[in-house]
Amino acid sequence: MSTLVITDLHASVITDTGDIPILNGVSLTLDSGVTHAIMGPNGSGKSTLAYVIAGHPKYKVTSGTITLDGQDILAMSVDERARAGLFLAMQYPVEVPGVSVSNFLRTSVTAVRGEAPKLRTWVKDFKSAMTDLQMDPEFAERSINEGFSGGEKKRHEVLQLGLLAPKFAILDETDSGLDVDALRIVSEGVNRYKGATGGGVLLITHYTRILRYIAPDVVHVFVDGRIVLTGGPELADELESGGYEKFATADA
Amino acid sequence: MTSAPPIDHSPQVSSADPADFSEPSSRDEEWRFTPLDDFRIFFQQSPAGDVRAADAPYVSNIPIADLRSTWVASDLPTAVARAGSQQAVLVTIPNDAVLHEPLRVALVASADLAHEHVEIVFGHHARATILIEQPEHGFVSGSIVLRAGDGSQVNLVNAVDGARDRSMLLHVHVQVGRDAHVTSTQVSLGTASLRVTSSVGYDGPGGRADMLGAFLADDGQFMEHRLFVHHDQPQCASNVVYKGALSGASTHTVWVGDVLVRREATAIDTYEINRNLLLTEGARADSVPNLELETGDIVSAGHASATGRFDDDQLFYLQSRGIPANDARQLVVRGFFAEILSHVEDPHWRTDVMARITSRLGMEHLHDEFGHDEPDG
Repeated sequence: MSTLVITDLHASVITDTGDIPILNGVSLTLDSGVTHAIMGPNGSGKSTLAYVIAGHPKYKVTSGTITLDGQDILAMSVDERARAGLFLAMQYPVEVPGVSVSNFLRTSVTAVRGEAPKLRTWVKDFKSAMTDLQMDPEFAERSINEGFSGGEKKRHEVLQLGLLAPKFAILDETDSGLDVDALRIVSEGVNRYKGATGGGVLLITHYTRILRYIAPDVVHVFVDGRIVLTGGPELADELESGGYEKFATADA
Repeated sequence: MTSAPPIDHSPQVSSADPADFSEPSSRDEEWRFTPLDDFRIFFQQSPAGDVRAADAPYVSNIPIADLRSTWVASDLPTAVARAGSQQAVLVTIPNDAVLHEPLRVALVASADLAHEHVEIVFGHHARATILIEQPEHGFVSGSIVLRAGDGSQVNLVNAVDGARDRSMLLHVHVQVGRDAHVTSTQVSLGTASLRVTSSVGYDGPGGRADMLGAFLADDGQFMEHRLFVHHDQPQCASNVVYKGALSGASTHTVWVGDVLVRREATAIDTYEINRNLLLTEGARADSVPNLELETGDIVSAGHASATGRFDDDQLFYLQSRGIPANDARQLVVRGFFAEILSHVEDPHWRTDVMARITSRLGMEHLHDEFGHDEPDG
């Protein structure tokens, strides 16, 4: 049982012309086995929240705390956060030419587990994880995300999620750019991760369609860099029909 | 196509006599990027030692006067080195011979200042991989001449990993026989100052030259790589791919690629590219591709050059998967160079080149492919 606690988090994006505040006091507690959905309009800062948790250097935390089982996440480097049990499935996974998926994943799994997996079990686990996501075996020898279609990139993210088995998975618009079949495959991958590890999930999305496959326990509405409303799964349905307008104009 | 008259980048003087050359000056196009003081030691005719290899099958040390080939230099230091050399290293691969194991030629300089001449002769339809390791110690200047016989398949690696207080100046000439395929790879890691000029000529139609290069420069190293591909035969091909990674203030690399396609060189295919990766602020990479066409009757011709900064998003992505920053950075750099490997099938070549780069990056501990792992118990 793990807990990720975000308390009154304020953060800015660093730009050439100065820092721009994006997060304006986010407080959120995630527990193992619980799925939270954060829904909000474009530009509300929900992806920034994901990047700040992961430690992207483009963002600066100006106040507030993030702790994982009492450990100060903000004091950790990006890779330390991953090894502590956080995982960010990115909306736009980065291409790394010349580094094969198999080499990358084995290096990554070794780093996160603290020891190299046994060769025989690794090959088996890797192959079955790829089969589960309906990925072609030749995928393993391709360079990371290079020339991948949108769907392949997201499958590759969820492949990593399954193999790294983090305590908490943050999925940043994992549904974007996916057709219905790919959405189903990717969602099943996330559900398999939950079933296998009992991990917690923070699902960041603009649309509700992924919530038909990954059932949220808690839904948050995110506007202007903070959570403005929290409810159960029924809140997602309200947003689907009513949109974000009434929230966007709330403090105008 | 440009309407301006072509500038002839072919050497202006060809001679074996140092007296026919004037001393290089920073006003010369050929030398304008070079810190001349680092190489001035190679401009005068002064007593110098030799460069030798251990005698081995296919490899012998012979008096340079016994070399049957004629050869001329195109600049002063190469002519000085040739005129001052007493000894040559001769590598001969007989006609039709196929070597399944790579031939390793480790060179040693006999004195602090040494002249080098390596002559590599492939008979017709011979096939082999040759790995030349340049001397670790000494100030060395000289040349490597490769003559690839008709239909031969040559894989040549020239590795420079000398001590960091030394300078080296080398000319590599590749003469491609009819239907021969030469892959020549320059791996430049060491020395304080390095200048390698390469030239490619063709003896007949159907020849192909892949001129590949990987260089890593840091801590104020200077490295210059110049290539001159002279297409004067029809239906030949050339492909130049050089990649460099630079770090450290005042580190400076130069890449100049000249391709000259003569009127008679119809139906040729040529491409050249240089990519540089700047790992830190302050490092400087000059990159100048030149392509001159005297005929439009060709298959294709192209050139490209790009110098970019290290992509922090790549670093973030790998780190976010638990990989420590230093390992992540090395993976990216290694991946940058790995693209060169796609140009060659020979597994010995891949292993050697990648091992050298990996070792220089200090990342031997990162596992490579499954085959390299310890068996599980």
